[in-house]
Amino acid sequence: MGNHRIKQHPILSVTRKKEIMFEFNSQTMLAYEGEMIASALIANGIYVFGHHHKDGSAQGIFCANGQCAKCTVIANGVPVKSCMTEVKAGMIVKSAEGLPEVPLETGPSKRAKIEEIHTEVLIIGGGPSGLSAAIELGKKGIDTLLVDDKHIMGGKLVLQTHKFFGSEQDSRAGTRGHDIAELLSLEVRAQESVQVWTNSTVLFVFSDKKVGVIKEGVYKLVVPKRILNAAGAREKFLRFRGNNLARIYGAGAFQTLVNRDLIRPTNRLFIIGGGNVGLIAAYHALQAGIEVVGLAEAMPQCGGYKVHADKIKRLGVPIYTSHSIKSANGDKVVESVTITEVDSKFQAIEGTEKSFACDTILVAVGLDSLSEFTLEAQAAGIPIYASGDALEIAEASSAMFNGKIAGHKIANDILHGESSEGNIPDEWFAKAQLLKSHPGQIKGYQDPHPGKDLFPVFHCLQEIPCNPCTTVCPTNSIHTEDGTLMGVPIYGGQCVGCFRCLLICPGLAVTLVDKRKDSENPTITIPYEIGSIPVAKGDTIQLMDIDANELGEYPVFRVVDFKDRRTQLVIVKVPAAIAMKVAGFRAQAKSVSQPLDKPIITPSLPDDAMICLCERVSVKEVRDLIKQGITDLNQIKAITRAGMGPCGAKTCDTLIRNLIREEGVPAEEVVANTRRPIFVEAALDIFPDGDSK
Amino acid sequence: MKKIYDVIVIGAGSIGLPSALFLAEAGQKVLVIDTEHAPGQQSNKKAIGGVRATHSDFGKIQLCQRSIELFKSWKEERGDDIGWLSNGYSYPAWEQKDKDFLLDLMKVQHSFGLNIRWVDGKEYEELVPGINTDGLLGSTYSPEDGSCSPLLFSSSVYFHALKAGVEFRFGETVTELTLQNDRIISCKTNKDQYTANIYVSAAGSYAREIGALVHSKIQVFPDNHEAGITEPVARFFGPMIVDMRSRPGSSNFYFYQNHEGQVVFCYTPEPAILGVENLSTSQFLTHCSKRLLEVYPRLKYLKVRRTWRGQYPMTPDGFPIIGYKDECSNLLHVVGMCGQGFMMGPATGEWVSRICTSTLSEKDHQILKSFDPYRDFSGVEAFK
Repeated sequence: MGNHRIKQHPILSVTRKKEIMFEFNSQTMLAYEGEMIASALIANGIYVFGHHHKDGSAQGIFCANGQCAKCTVIANGVPVKSCMTEVKAGMIVKSAEGLPEVPLETGPSKRAKIEEIHTEVLIIGGGPSGLSAAIELGKKGIDTLLVDDKHIMGGKLVLQTHKFFGSEQDSRAGTRGHDIAELLSLEVRAQESVQVWTNSTVLFVFSDKKVGVIKEGVYKLVVPKRILNAAGAREKFLRFRGNNLARIYGAGAFQTLVNRDLIRPTNRLFIIGGGNVGLIAAYHALQAGIEVVGLAEAMPQCGGYKVHADKIKRLGVPIYTSHSIKSANGDKVVESVTITEVDSKFQAIEGTEKSFACDTILVAVGLDSLSEFTLEAQAAGIPIYASGDALEIAEASSAMFNGKIAGHKIANDILHGESSEGNIPDEWFAKAQLLKSHPGQIKGYQDPHPGKDLFPVFHCLQEIPCNPCTTVCPTNSIHTEDGTLMGVPIYGGQCVGCFRCLLICPGLAVTLVDKRKDSENPTITIPYEIGSIPVAKGDTIQLMDIDANELGEYPVFRVVDFKDRRTQLVIVKVPAAIAMKVAGFRAQAKSVSQPLDKPIITPSLPDDAMICLCERVSVKEVRDLIKQGITDLNQIKAITRAGMGPCGAKTCDTLIRNLIREEGVPAEEVVANTRRPIFVEAALDIFPDGDSK
Repeated sequence: MKKIYDVIVIGAGSIGLPSALFLAEAGQKVLVIDTEHAPGQQSNKKAIGGVRATHSDFGKIQLCQRSIELFKSWKEERGDDIGWLSNGYSYPAWEQKDKDFLLDLMKVQHSFGLNIRWVDGKEYEELVPGINTDGLLGSTYSPEDGSCSPLLFSSSVYFHALKAGVEFRFGETVTELTLQNDRIISCKTNKDQYTANIYVSAAGSYAREIGALVHSKIQVFPDNHEAGITEPVARFFGPMIVDMRSRPGSSNFYFYQNHEGQVVFCYTPEPAILGVENLSTSQFLTHCSKRLLEVYPRLKYLKVRRTWRGQYPMTPDGFPIIGYKDECSNLLHVVGMCGQGFMMGPATGEWVSRICTSTLSEKDHQILKSFDPYRDFSGVEAFK
């Protein structure tokens, strides 16, 4: 299985699982019991799972979430989504080449009666907001059913190996995402009135007020009095030449493979998008021992937190701002990426192309709220609430808090009636507002700095809703500038060198300067989490300032391992002149991010990128229709089939809307696609209502 | 300013679109008005695409035979692929009474020259490999019937109509048809006002409402049907399969594999659900899948992709209404297609054109008798 499995991880524990054998295209392969076919294939270095029936293009993992069908394989004769189907010992898996054949043999089938379950509240989604809402409802003893499509609760928290932003009190800042997931899940499990269905997918809120749910493969109808949509968001995609090659996918898929399945799906990754999702994905990749060749962001500045961006830049990942992807290059699978500088109108500037060898491109260009369950419930006349990303795209810290508010509100509506004012404290709403704040101003370093012999330096210069450093300090020596959650931290008081602020900071943006022994050559303590690139005493490391400027090479003086915090503290001795500047050190070799000697510019026709990957519809086909004045997405779909594929327009809808906007059509003239059941494709076999024969 | 046309067609659906095209190609200046924002957005796009001439009535048979000719030659004649497949229709029988009924009907169908025959269970299994043959008595098989994509066909007709000079007003609803004596002198919408010599009601489920604007009672009552579509797979069976048995909850159901390889399926709820209600219910999937898998167990391997709900604009006897009513001499009703508007559309469009240009043949008159608005509506279409 070579290099494709993560055997060691600085944060996640790697447990040995039972090995089983299966067959792929007549080749015997090893898998771990319980893992999905897709993960097993990637672990064996297989990236192409089949070829599209329309144009023969290579197909592989894309959403890793059962939403599309690009990972389809034939398992024991039946076409299945490999990201959602568990591999079994002795399973015969074949690549899906063109349209699959339907087996002739069917065998007997037994049908049970479809069960109907009544509940006061149905929560769709067990991520940070759904779990937080469930806890509130549980505390009030309200009969609640929480449904989540994954095996473990926590939503995307489960995939987050980094420490969280926010405040300790409201959103467990400084704790790692997957640890928060566990804490919240335990609290939910402890609520007697809350029932949890994991591995259960909601298909639709039907007009007869019943909600179709596949629970562990069995179809059930839930009849709720109220629904909370906490189903999260979906990732946006991008138009660029070659966007249909295999090995291009979103951060969700990437994090699922890497952090859930401990698979290394790539050796050389390039990331498009400098929001928090893209930046964190870069960090996760480094932790998983993946080379991150670079990250391109179309805006002049990354949209994500500056501390995240600074951190990965220091570690050796170049960030190309005002750059966009021009093309993914390769024969069926990604072999390289070409990026280009863009002007203020995001138009490519000729002659600025750079190409990098990479095997995978990760697209992290933002999220869209998952609104369908809300709309369906409204149409059906079921009282509906929303929280988390399904309500508004924000950080998980915000999702947890507004989930709590939603839970409280639902309980209040049930217990006291909709018209009652309720007893949600005003400050909750203020806090909710604060937690979802976008980054604010960028400030300078604290000047003058009151530090004398021993003091922390905060390389955290952008206002973000985060303050665990201030609450963790035992001498109360750290405050935010203006006392609010958003303010940048400043030091003032008595540092005792306890390292707590270094260990809790999610941005790894605190260093400790210690001049006590040698004021000319103080020691600097730097937090470090990239265990896949180990650092040991005596190693020479290139120190970096906050903007990833090199400060010179220095030997490592000492490394202290805080195993329970899964963080190392790397200590160096530097001249006093640069002591305050040292923010980190390069971990990834400079050679990793070298561009190719010559950019790869493939001659291309305008708009030959794909806009609907499922049905293979090009941008040109759709733009031609828009130019004819067609702005009804239903009509575009009827003519081109864009949106008619397995993902149900989840990927192309936004792309087509963007294209229409680009053609100068006002948003109000766009007629939305009619959304119909069902949320994800589901086998006909699960639906029959038993009792016939 | 009033805009003057030869013909105004109300409704850009299965009937309105081909009518407009053929009228324009016959030299008429045509305007089409539709409430929706694009062509074919109501019942048309909800049609599953089956096309057959094997009906029980002379008029409908003639109409659909002509439609099939048009569909079949469309790509060659007009250059657009509409996904036509001559995959045939089949009505399998599991009960003797159904077999007897179908065989009786076949005599009538043969007398009209239709290509339909009875196949035994074994031959039927070759057409539909893996079909449940338990108690199967055989099936009808009419290989010249077929299917095509309502979406592709309507888009193609729309673009040809534009080319032929048809004007379209989308997002407009007809609110008033101003009568002077027995003639409409102007047509008002929520946005504008238009005038034409002849008005055509191709309003589908809203035929009754359009008729009421000129005080004509049009007996069209839509009822709801639900349909679904699977992922595409390699072609594995031939004809449309219509299971005409009635079961608690549904009077019949049918399915076929379309040109993309997707299986499209549909049922008729029983008792009928009247009105226009496009939201899906939870019953459809659980009920229809049960019937589907019982008849054709191999379908269990397919994934459902999408389901939807649409209407059959029904008339009391199951036949369309095509013609003028006394209250208004220039409103031509072409309505009440009873769920077969798509398959009857192309030929009906030609008829509409001939009616409006007064070029009907003797045979046309004879055919149109079946659809006379003043028939007594007491008959029942034997083979819906």
